[in-house]
Amino acid sequence: MKKRRTYSKRSLREASQGYSLMAPTIFVLALFIIGPILYAFFLSFHKVQLLGTATYEFVGLSNFTNISDDSRALRALWNTFKYVIIVVPIQTLLALILAATLNAGLKGQSIFRIVYFLPTLTSSAVLTLIFMWMYNQNGLVNEILSILGLPTYNWMGDPSVALIAIMIMNIWATAPFFMVIYLAALQDIPDSLYEAAELDGANAFKKFIYITVPNLRPVTSFVVIMGLIGTFQLFDQSFIFSGGSGGPDNSTLTVVLLIYQYAFKSLGTMGYAAAIAVMLSIVILVATLLQRKFSKEESLY
Amino acid sequence: MKKKLSVGKALLYGILILYAVITLVPFIWAVSSSFKTLEEIVSGTINFIPKNFTFDNYKQIFLEQELFPRWLLNSLIIGVAGTSLNLLFNSMAGYALARLSFPGRKTLFIIILAVLMIPAQVTMIPNYLILRELGWLNSYQGMIVPAMINATFIFMMRQFFINFPKELEEAAEMDGLSRFGTFFKIVIPLAKPALAAQAIFVFMGFWNDFMRPLIILSDPSMFTLPLGLNTFKGQYISYWNYIMAASMVFTLPVLLLYGFFNRYFIKGISFTGGK
Repeated sequence: MKKRRTYSKRSLREASQGYSLMAPTIFVLALFIIGPILYAFFLSFHKVQLLGTATYEFVGLSNFTNISDDSRALRALWNTFKYVIIVVPIQTLLALILAATLNAGLKGQSIFRIVYFLPTLTSSAVLTLIFMWMYNQNGLVNEILSILGLPTYNWMGDPSVALIAIMIMNIWATAPFFMVIYLAALQDIPDSLYEAAELDGANAFKKFIYITVPNLRPVTSFVVIMGLIGTFQLFDQSFIFSGGSGGPDNSTLTVVLLIYQYAFKSLGTMGYAAAIAVMLSIVILVATLLQRKFSKEESLY
Repeated sequence: MKKKLSVGKALLYGILILYAVITLVPFIWAVSSSFKTLEEIVSGTINFIPKNFTFDNYKQIFLEQELFPRWLLNSLIIGVAGTSLNLLFNSMAGYALARLSFPGRKTLFIIILAVLMIPAQVTMIPNYLILRELGWLNSYQGMIVPAMINATFIFMMRQFFINFPKELEEAAEMDGLSRFGTFFKIVIPLAKPALAAQAIFVFMGFWNDFMRPLIILSDPSMFTLPLGLNTFKGQYISYWNYIMAASMVFTLPVLLLYGFFNRYFIKGISFTGGK
């Protein structure tokens, strides 16, 4: 009996210690994360007027149904979709190839690793400005292309290539980050697997396909999910690239840029912007879950 | 056999060097442009070594653009204060979740895991309205407080503390240290590698953040560097020499940080990339 009491006293003390250590986290979670998520749902069913004191008018589902009539929203969705579908596979593959190459036991690995890591360190704002400078009409990219005898483009002014320009820049910028994740995972693959394969007469390519790739599957799943989340949220680069407009001719307009414009650049459309944001979150969540399910089923074989 | 091996090696080196060139060229081009005169910039010739090497672009952005030093200072204040609070609060939460039992612990942990999956765009508009209500738009606290914890690093610290030997803490408790005493005097000092990795990533997060400052800060004197740089570009639209010089000033602190903490960087990434 007595023992029990001291136990509960102890657990009471431990609980209070736990809550004090968690207090800042609980505060931020409640005020700036959980609260806002609920608030976002609330906003998405309302028309919001921000002049003076904010007013909310309930409009039901119309914010959501309006999306399908909004040609800019459809364009933004299409651009974002195209961007995700093209960038995620390429950056994942490039990261894997770079990591495998770096892991092959060559000299000077650490120097290459430092060099490759530079884009990861540099802010998106700076990277975008550097690329804009290179994408100039008579900038470095076009000069190199013409030296190689390839066609040149008006990268920033031509709607048919502007999004591709951003894709190239971002694949270049993010692949090395995922490469480092792959590198760490490569170190965990037991050498004995490779030694066994070598005894069976497998060459380097076969070892890569039959040992490295399958063993990296959980990490690939992680890299693809991170890639999906990142690409769906493309904003900084399109914003800076187009001066906030999503131009030329809406070709670099992404979903997040559109949310920003409706929320902060035009009046009375904040609720609509919240509805698009809620939709985007659901899309990201579904894509993440699908990817998880897909990669789990795959690993059953 | 031997010859085949060296061909393969040559191919691998080829890939590595080619990609190193692809990575480096934009940076070298930016650095070189920042030391060129405007005349040379607009002439459109491709030379990586400036013909008339000049520091004028750097002088110009610091002396003529009065707000530039202010933006640098704002970025530093927000980055340093935000990072310190993150280190403290994330470790506290990670420790509590790993070591202490209290009602609601599991729920809190699940919420933190769920938060990892929630894109910032949902909370962006409500957060703006909340900060507006609080009168925190255009303020340091508006930039710092909502970001003073980070779910990823709470999770990472929890993993770290779970694997942390309990015996040390028990010994400290025997010696009469309180729970908080143990935490601050024994646990935190031993968590330095995990904290270093976290510090770098959180600082970079603050330093490079573009969207939050864009929404929260509208007064140019409160701008952080990324925002300042963006308006700078609008103002000096064809002065790429100035824009590149400003970009280099912006990048240098992170490069220095990386130089000092190189090994923690890789460790930190493998932490977040791990199982």
